Amino acid sequence: MNNQNSINQFFDRLSRKKGTASLLSSLIAIGIGLVIGLIILLISNPEEAFAGFFTMLSGGLNDGTRSFGNVFYIATPIIMTGLAVGFAFKTGLFNIGASGQFIVGAYVAVLIGVKLPVLGGFQWIIGILAAMLAGAIWGAIPGLLKAFLNVHEVIASIMMNYIGMYLVNYLIKQTVLNVYTNRSLPVASTANIPKMGLTAIFPGSSINGGLLVAILFVILMYIILEKTTFGYELKACGYNRYAAKYAGINEARSIILSMAISGMLAGVGGALFYLSGAGVYIEVVDVLASQGFTGISVSLLGMSNPIGILFSGIFIAWLQIGGFYMQRYSFVPEFIQIITAIIIYCSAASLLIRNYLELKKINRDEKRSLDLIDDTAEIVNGKNEGGEN
Amino acid sequence: MDMLYLLLRQTMFFSIPLLIVALGGMFSERSGITNIALEGIMVMGGFAGIYFINQMQSDMSGQWLLILAVIIAIAGGAIFSVLHAYASINLKADQVISGTALNMFAPAFVIYIARMIQPSGIANVSFKNTFLISKVPVLGDIPVIGDIFFNNTYITTFIGFLILIVSSIVLYRTRFGMRLRACGEHPQAADSVGINVYKMRYIAVIISGALAGLGGLVLTIPISTEFKGAVNGYGFLALAVLIFGQWKPMRILLASLFFGFMQTISAAYSAIPFLLNLNIPSEFFKMTPYIATLIVLAFSSKSSKAPKAVGQPYDQGAR
Repeated sequence: MNNQNSINQFFDRLSRKKGTASLLSSLIAIGIGLVIGLIILLISNPEEAFAGFFTMLSGGLNDGTRSFGNVFYIATPIIMTGLAVGFAFKTGLFNIGASGQFIVGAYVAVLIGVKLPVLGGFQWIIGILAAMLAGAIWGAIPGLLKAFLNVHEVIASIMMNYIGMYLVNYLIKQTVLNVYTNRSLPVASTANIPKMGLTAIFPGSSINGGLLVAILFVILMYIILEKTTFGYELKACGYNRYAAKYAGINEARSIILSMAISGMLAGVGGALFYLSGAGVYIEVVDVLASQGFTGISVSLLGMSNPIGILFSGIFIAWLQIGGFYMQRYSFVPEFIQIITAIIIYCSAASLLIRNYLELKKINRDEKRSLDLIDDTAEIVNGKNEGGEN
Repeated sequence: MDMLYLLLRQTMFFSIPLLIVALGGMFSERSGITNIALEGIMVMGGFAGIYFINQMQSDMSGQWLLILAVIIAIAGGAIFSVLHAYASINLKADQVISGTALNMFAPAFVIYIARMIQPSGIANVSFKNTFLISKVPVLGDIPVIGDIFFNNTYITTFIGFLILIVSSIVLYRTRFGMRLRACGEHPQAADSVGINVYKMRYIAVIISGALAGLGGLVLTIPISTEFKGAVNGYGFLALAVLIFGQWKPMRILLASLFFGFMQTISAAYSAIPFLLNLNIPSEFFKMTPYIATLIVLAFSSKSSKAPKAVGQPYDQGAR
C-alpha cells in the first residue's frame, strides 16, 4: 500500500512537469498510429503483416551497424527541416516551404562543392554557410510578403517550393549538370563533410559529421528560443501578436527574421544531405524535395521543441529505414508515410489527450483540496468541541 | 483564330477544376473551418474516380462511365474530409495541422493502394479517355461561344458551371447559406439564435470534400491518361483562388479563369509560336502560375475579406 502510494506520487510529480503531458500525448499518438498501421498491413496482406510490421519496428537493427548508422544519416537532414518548421511554429508561423528552402540550400552547396575545390579543407564549411544564406533568402520572401502585404505564409511558401524546384532544375542544367544521368555532378572530395570518426562506430553506413552539425544547431536553437531576449520576443509574437505589439515588439521584423532563420535551417539541411559523401545527387525532376515535408512531421511530433525534434527526427528516420527493409516482404515504403501521417493526425488531436490528462490532474487536485478542507474542518470542529467542553 | 480557341479551351480544362475546388474551400471557410486539406482530398477523389474508370472501362465507356466516376470521386472526397471535420470540430485540433496530416496521408495512401492492388505493382493508374465531346448539337454551331464552350469539351465543364450557379444561390438565397455564413462570422451569435454550429460546420466541410474530390477527377481527365497520386499543388492554388476571389462565388470564377490561363501558358507554351520564339527556358514557363499567385496575392491580401471566425475551433462551453 505504501509502495503503491509512492508510485502514485512519482507519477503525480511527473505529470505536473510541463513537458510530460506533451511527451505523453506524442507517445499516445505514436501508439495509435502504429496500431492503425498494423491493421492496414493485416488488411493488405495477412500472412506477412506481422513479419513486415516487426521489420519496420526493428528499423536500424535490420542490418547491423550499417542500418543503425544510416538511421542517423537519414535523420540528419530531417532534423534540420524539422528545426526549420519547429522554429517557425514557435513564433506562430507555419513554414510549409521547407522543401524549397532545402533545395535552394542544397543547390548552392553543391555548386560550391563542384566549382570551388580551391577552398580546400574549408570547402564544406563554405558550402554550408552559403546554403544558410540561400535558405534564409528563400524563407525571408514569404516572411516579407506576410509582414508587409498580409499574404498568408502557408500559400506563399508553398508557391516558393515550386518556384525553388524549377529554378534549381534550371540552374543545375546551366551549371553543374551530369548530362548522362540528368542530375548534379559529384562534388569535390574536400566538399564532403568529414566523417569525424563516426564511421568507426558504425562501419559500412553513410553516417557523417553532418549529424554533429545538426546537433550543434539543435543546441543553438534551444538556447536562442529559451535563453535569449530575441527568442522570447519571437515567441511572444507567436503566442499573441497584439500583446507583443503592445509590449513594443516590432512584429514585422519578428516575422521576417523568424522566416529567414527557419529557411536558413532548412537550407543547412539541404547542404548536409548533398555534401554527405553518400553518393546522392540532385535529380533534375519535377518533384518537390520530400525532406521538407518530413520536417513538418518531425517538428509536430517533437512538439516544436529543439530537443524533441532531435529525437523525433531519429525516430522517423528509424521508421524510414525499417520501411526500406520492409520491401523484403510484399510491402512498399510508402507505408511509412501513411503511418507518419496518422501519427500527425493523432498528435493534432492530442489536445484531447492533453485535456484529458489535465482534467485528471484537476480532479485529483480537487479531491486533495477537498480532503484538506475536510481535515481542516475536523480540526476546527474538534477545537470548537474542545472549547465548548 | 484556331490557336486562340485552343488556348481558351485549354484554359477551361485548368480553370474548371480550380473553380470547383475553390468553391468547395469557400463552403468550408465560410463556415469557419480552414480547409488546407483540399490538396489531399483532391488526390483521394481523383484516385477513387480514376481507379473506378480503370476497372470499369472494359465494360463501359463514354459519358455514363464518366458520370459514375464523378459520383465515386465526390463520395471519396466527402468521406475522406470527414476526418478533417472530426479533428477540427469534435477534437478542436489545430485545423492547419489536421489538414497537413491529410495532405501527407492521401498521396502515400493512394500510391500504397495502387501498388498493392494493381497486378503490375506500379503506382500509376491508367485510363482510356473516351469522354471528349467533339461537338454539342445545336449549341456547338453558335459562333465564338460554340467554339470555346461546346466543341471539344467535357461534360465536367458544364458540371463546373452548374456547381457555380447552385453555390451562389445556396450561399446567398437560402436559409442554409445564411446560417452557414453566420457560423463563419460569429459562431457564438449563431448559436445563441439556435443554429447548431457543429452540424453546420460538418456539412460545410463535407461539401468542400465532395467538391475537392470531384476537382481531382476533373483535373486529371482532360490533361492526362494516368493518375500519378499527385495534383501538383492544385489544392493550394485553389486556396489562392479563394483568397483572390475574396470568398465570393462570382469573383472566384474570375480568379480561377485567370489562374487557369496562367497554367495554360505554363503547360502549352510550346504550342504557341509567339511564346516559343521568346526562347525562355521551359522552367520559367512552369514557374508562371506560382509566381503569378504570389504577385496576385501580394496585391489582394491587404484588404482581405476572410470570414472572421475562420480557423478558430468553436467551443460551445466557452460562449
